[in-house]
Amino acid sequence: MAMGSITRRSMLGMMGMGALTLAACGGGSSEGGAESAGSDAASSDVKLEMITDTGGVNDQSFNQLAWAGMKQMEAENGWEVSYLESKQDSDYMTNLDKAVDDGATIVWGIGFAMSDAINTVAEQNPDVTFASIEGSNEDGKENLTAVAFKSEEPSFAVGYIAARMSESGKVGFIGGMESETIQAFEYGYYAGVEYANKENGTSVTYQGQYAESFTDAAKGKSIAQKMIKDGCDVMFHAAGGAGVGMLEACNDAKVMSIGVDQDQAALFPEYETIITSALKRVDNAVVTVSTGLVDGSIEGGQSLLLGAADDAVGLAESHDKLPDDVYEAAVALFDAIKAGDIVVPASKDALDAYVKSL
Amino acid sequence: MRGLEKFLRGRFAAAAIAVLIGLLVAAIVLIAAGYDPIASFAALITGAFGRPKYITNVFIKATPILLTGVSVAFAFKTGLFNIGAEGQYILGTVLATIVGVKLNLPMPLQVPVVLLSGIAGGAALGAFVGWLKARFGIHEVITSIMCNWIAFYLCNFVVMSNTFHKPNSQSALPVNPSSYTMILGSWKKSEAGKEFLAGMPWLREVLLKTDLNAGFIIAVLVAVLISWVLTRTKLGYELRAVGFNRDAARFSGISVESNIVLSMLIAGGISGFAGALAITGTSPHTITLLAAMEGYGFNGMSVAFIAGCAPIGCIPASIMFAALIYGGMSVQQALGVPSDIINITIGTIVFFTALPGIAPYFADKIKQRREAKELANGTKAGEA
Repeated sequence: MAMGSITRRSMLGMMGMGALTLAACGGGSSEGGAESAGSDAASSDVKLEMITDTGGVNDQSFNQLAWAGMKQMEAENGWEVSYLESKQDSDYMTNLDKAVDDGATIVWGIGFAMSDAINTVAEQNPDVTFASIEGSNEDGKENLTAVAFKSEEPSFAVGYIAARMSESGKVGFIGGMESETIQAFEYGYYAGVEYANKENGTSVTYQGQYAESFTDAAKGKSIAQKMIKDGCDVMFHAAGGAGVGMLEACNDAKVMSIGVDQDQAALFPEYETIITSALKRVDNAVVTVSTGLVDGSIEGGQSLLLGAADDAVGLAESHDKLPDDVYEAAVALFDAIKAGDIVVPASKDALDAYVKSL
Repeated sequence: MRGLEKFLRGRFAAAAIAVLIGLLVAAIVLIAAGYDPIASFAALITGAFGRPKYITNVFIKATPILLTGVSVAFAFKTGLFNIGAEGQYILGTVLATIVGVKLNLPMPLQVPVVLLSGIAGGAALGAFVGWLKARFGIHEVITSIMCNWIAFYLCNFVVMSNTFHKPNSQSALPVNPSSYTMILGSWKKSEAGKEFLAGMPWLREVLLKTDLNAGFIIAVLVAVLISWVLTRTKLGYELRAVGFNRDAARFSGISVESNIVLSMLIAGGISGFAGALAITGTSPHTITLLAAMEGYGFNGMSVAFIAGCAPIGCIPASIMFAALIYGGMSVQQALGVPSDIINITIGTIVFFTALPGIAPYFADKIKQRREAKELANGTKAGEA
């Protein structure tokens, strides 16, 4: 009896396959054809596709912002846009490849986890245009545009706010994993603190630590609690999910915190002590670069570093927890960065040089 | 009517009907969410089988879940529920990466060494769970779920360790190329290979744009081997005897404890093998920082139960499952259907294919009605 049912069940899967294939072939021949023909003729000839990393399109971060930028171009330019979500690391290559097959004008890869994959696929398809958020263009491929952000610029502005708001004279920073990208946040932030010290004759000190994780909220929380115990009363993070632990610790201890990438005060209304956020406007960057690549004003093959001047970074608009004069001073500072009057350091050496020049 | 009844009792009908019902329910979900179900299924099929390279990708994606499926199925046949396939898979990838990065032997030596270390990793974790059960009577479901997390964080630890972390990335260093198991891996990228392939577009696509590797063939051989061990050997007989009735097995002189450990060791080894083959066969050839379980073990459980826990049945089941997952992504691309809806669709189809009793149920209904009718007509129900 056992053997009988085993063999019968073992056939199920095989039959499932057959039935699926049959069921779809019926519709496939006509519907599939009509679909692609219709979409080609309907709108314009520009088609943008983005591949998300494993965070998915509703990650409340890069992927979601990038998709918002894509939707904006769909509405404004009538371009065709679509996305493919990656569930596992091994999906990056196959998803990028599918976007190429679909005839996309520009294929976007979101997130630096996809960097290797997009470089490989760009090499395989020299006639297709690729762009990547936070990826790198390893050997100057002409069909790949790598977009990164001057994270130090908004970090400078929030560093200034932190120093102005701190009563204890100590501010803290938590990074995800140590890399050049995250260090840009750290040193930009410290530079902002130094600037405020110089301007107001204060001597606010800073300390920073890395959580060795972008996901471990518990670790971010415990590091934050340690820093709060040390006397820090304003905390900034660039640690993704681990940083959410920091926001929570600050909320528990009624200590001010500063969000990152998106307006986290709006994103996490339950954390009431978020005073501002350093923004990466991935949406603006996607629009700027896509438009530039399509109309030819941006040449492919570059590694673009976008900042305040490109509206690719910013300061959160909500500022109801900040005194008006502090917010306005920070905005003025940001405008000075935008105008190029302040060049924000993004590394340890650059910070040292900057502090000397103050 | 009798023909239909017989058909419904057959193997083919059971699966076909389950899939049709699954598709029907999935279609209702799609309509409710405001999407065209026919176009969705069409996109799914063309996405999975539309081009030679898509079919290749389906087989590549079926490889790990075929092995984890066989792992779960094997353990189930011996009376154990191996929910730890996920952790054993992860440990397999971790050990294969560690060995593949640190060792750089000639390829004929390197590949077996890397694969064996992956198998050893999974087997060790499986055997540990089996030992806890045999020695202390702790249920394998509880311990293997815990071991999943131990493997998960061990993976993240190794990725972030100074020795293995690749700077400015979220992954470990890739294994040395001598560990690769792609078919014609180096030839296809050479000048001679490119020249040869230029004249054969489909082969060029399959070879250059996918990580075509030997994994699926090996996985099929493993499924056959495991099936043979279970049904044709003394070892398999003993393992199954323990699974059927522990007390009876003990009474007839079979060592229950050592068979439990052995069973989990083999099951763990198969899952670890899946992990090692993923590292050697597909890019990025390394482990990355995991934010959540990637689901290779859990998908393997679905595969095993679709296949009714028959190792050979896992072969078509894994292909179907991989086609659903891989083709499902194209539905998102073509129609903008959110992945949640696609996952519900896949889940529904799997759910109904995993209900093997449906077709026989309808057969029984038909039989009942026929017998009732025959009684009413005053004729005796019998063999005509």
